Amino acid sequence: MDPATFLAALVAMAAPLVLAALGETLTEKAGVVNLSLDGTILLGAMTGFVVASVTQSLLLGFLAAGLTGCLVAALVAVIGVWLGQSQVAVGFALTFLCRDLAYFLGNPYARQQGPQLATLPVPLLADLPFFGTVFFTHSFIVYLSFLATPCCIYFLYHTRHGLTLRAAGENPEGCWARGIDPNTVRFLATLAGGAMAGLAGAAFSLAVKPGWGHPQGCEGIGWIALALVIFGSWHPLRVAAGAYFFGLLQLLGIAFQDSFPGIPGQIFQVAPFPLMIFTLILIHLSRNTKNRYFAGFVRLFGSPPPRGLGRPYRRP
Amino acid sequence: MIELANISKNFGKVQALQGVSLSAEAGSIHGIVGENGAGKSTLMKILTGFTSRSGGEILCRGKKISLDRPSDAMRFGIGMLYQEPLDFPQLSVLENFMAGEAAFAPGQARADLARLAAAFGFVFHPDNRVETLTVGERQQLELLRLIHGGARLLILDEPTTGISERQQEQLFAALRRLKADGAAILLVSHKLEEIDSLCDTVTVLRHGRVAAAMRCPFDRQALLQAMFDSLPERLSPPQTATGKEPVVEFDRVVVTVGRAGLHEATITVRTGEVVGLAGMDGSGQAVFLKIAGGFLPPESGQIRRFGRTLPNGCGCSRDVAFLPADRLAEGLLPGMTLREHHILAARGHIFLSAATGLAGSRRAIDDFNIKGHPETTAEELSGGNQQRLLLSLIPDEVRLILMENPTRGLDVQSADWTWQQLHRRKAEDGAIIFASPDLEEIMAQATRVVVFYDGRIILDTPTAATDYHEISRAITGEAGTTGPSDEVGRSGLLPD
Repeated sequence: MDPATFLAALVAMAAPLVLAALGETLTEKAGVVNLSLDGTILLGAMTGFVVASVTQSLLLGFLAAGLTGCLVAALVAVIGVWLGQSQVAVGFALTFLCRDLAYFLGNPYARQQGPQLATLPVPLLADLPFFGTVFFTHSFIVYLSFLATPCCIYFLYHTRHGLTLRAAGENPEGCWARGIDPNTVRFLATLAGGAMAGLAGAAFSLAVKPGWGHPQGCEGIGWIALALVIFGSWHPLRVAAGAYFFGLLQLLGIAFQDSFPGIPGQIFQVAPFPLMIFTLILIHLSRNTKNRYFAGFVRLFGSPPPRGLGRPYRRP
Repeated sequence: MIELANISKNFGKVQALQGVSLSAEAGSIHGIVGENGAGKSTLMKILTGFTSRSGGEILCRGKKISLDRPSDAMRFGIGMLYQEPLDFPQLSVLENFMAGEAAFAPGQARADLARLAAAFGFVFHPDNRVETLTVGERQQLELLRLIHGGARLLILDEPTTGISERQQEQLFAALRRLKADGAAILLVSHKLEEIDSLCDTVTVLRHGRVAAAMRCPFDRQALLQAMFDSLPERLSPPQTATGKEPVVEFDRVVVTVGRAGLHEATITVRTGEVVGLAGMDGSGQAVFLKIAGGFLPPESGQIRRFGRTLPNGCGCSRDVAFLPADRLAEGLLPGMTLREHHILAARGHIFLSAATGLAGSRRAIDDFNIKGHPETTAEELSGGNQQRLLLSLIPDEVRLILMENPTRGLDVQSADWTWQQLHRRKAEDGAIIFASPDLEEIMAQATRVVVFYDGRIILDTPTAATDYHEISRAITGEAGTTGPSDEVGRSGLLPD
């Protein structure tokens, strides 16, 4: 495989993961953990495929998937933010509920031919040598994943609402004292993150791994997205980099299977999890180290989580 | 500018404020003083919309306004500096300065911050994270933010606790300047020095009511009398059978946790003593108890218990007991029964049956008069009974008992009973150290009084050799005659 095709496959494959992980980053930056990600993605994949099949409209399929993600996130937010109950508990329950719901409701449409997102080569740019193939010969959802990272960074660090969102995740009491209702901010951030996870699901069933079945092929991606948010330590750039890194590992796994059949492919599948634990240890070490260079090095790769992460806020 | 009329607030059955009225004028500094729990903070939180009021009216320039949330207060130009800065430690100085503002203009905000900081003589690096700043600097930043946000009424809650001398001077200069510019300032403080040097008018709160309102110049004696309850002249003086053997020794102990921390505390408590720690909340008493208990290592200095230096300055042992102020959260296991508490305290049980610990808990229920049965959970008990349960759990070998607010939430009879038990428990070779906001309790139960002010021991005297006025003066920052005056040296403002 030539390098350009390899990289093009990589960015296409990583697209849904980038969307889901960035969505979760937004949610967690506001202080909410949406643990239902894996189920949300699967339910989004099913809804997107079914709606697109029935209506023969890909746009409606994506919209429906995003809306589904929103609805699941809304449940997490109502219980975990407004009612102040455990976000972990509700997210965990919803993960499994959504997964089984997706298999049950999607069963009549399993293994059927459905619509599939066509590639949209960008005029002129697609003809560029190398870069044209890598970046400009994809479907619209891949372009969306390219835009998502800079958009996220711009939103979080260069807009008022982004600052408000980070403030809500950092210290909700401080937000309230400044006239911002942290729970509204958190609610909206959770909805936005959920919508992106739903879109990620449709990106699987309508583009990356087209079709619906049991299994669909995107199972487990939600957990990896959650791990990536920690691995990228809550910064969109690092999170996105982590998503592409994971895509690379997966592709290498496939490539190595042919040349080195001795290495099991699963090694690459589970790589994000030990890396995530490694990041946590690194963050811990950077806090206790007296070596400035080491601390600076670690800060490049990691920063502490939002102070208010997972802690519900109740009005005094 | 802002007028409060007949404000009242109750938390459940507790009446925190009752018919409080005061007004803050533009171009003047108004002091609010009062003891712990007098209702100062509650009143200020009502004014910022942080908590809602139960009754009364708030008038802004003669018009009735409703303050249901902080955004309402901001609209009317009310801004508050909280005692613990409510900021965002992991965000940058500039981001903290901008958070909550209607417009998003980092360039403009950076320029405004630089201009305001220069005007007040503060120094900020806009891109540093707030967690790297001192409390004083965080406060300066909050002050600038409020001014930038258009606050015309500034509320400051104990602003000088835990900040350096220089920062205090800078703050006072800033406040005088703001006053000259026509801002109204409400200063909540227990330091009469500050009130004297800054305020034009002062309102004294006591038990949620206005006890006095005065204009500058203030009569110190009248202020003190209004702040503290008057006491019966002399309560039955406790026995002062001080032994020779040291129980706890502090040698120039320094810590910087909490707002005030502890500055070079040196004190020796000997066997037979009952030491009462007085002072406003957060002046260092709680930190002192934590260090004495071995829960918090000192940053410098030495601590010895029963003649032994603690390894790393930390460590619990079976001969020390600590009864925290928050009994349910720190002292007991809320969902566990009395019997289970006694099983845990007794140690040694490995396999449990329905009868394990039953005899022990029955005996404790009888001996300590706990209103409950062995299968009652700790959270089902009333405050007084929780304290009885804690007392019953103290092992026999304990020689040092440390307590925060030992009789908080107890009725008079339970409090008396608790102290009887404590005095009985305190063997000849043991000691009790307790912190209490209730001076009457300290005068009645302690053989020795230690007053904390801003993290320093400002007064240390046998109870018999002091009186109520000396203690209340020390609490508000004036060293008494018997105190280690060389250590404080900031008094002398009181006209004798």
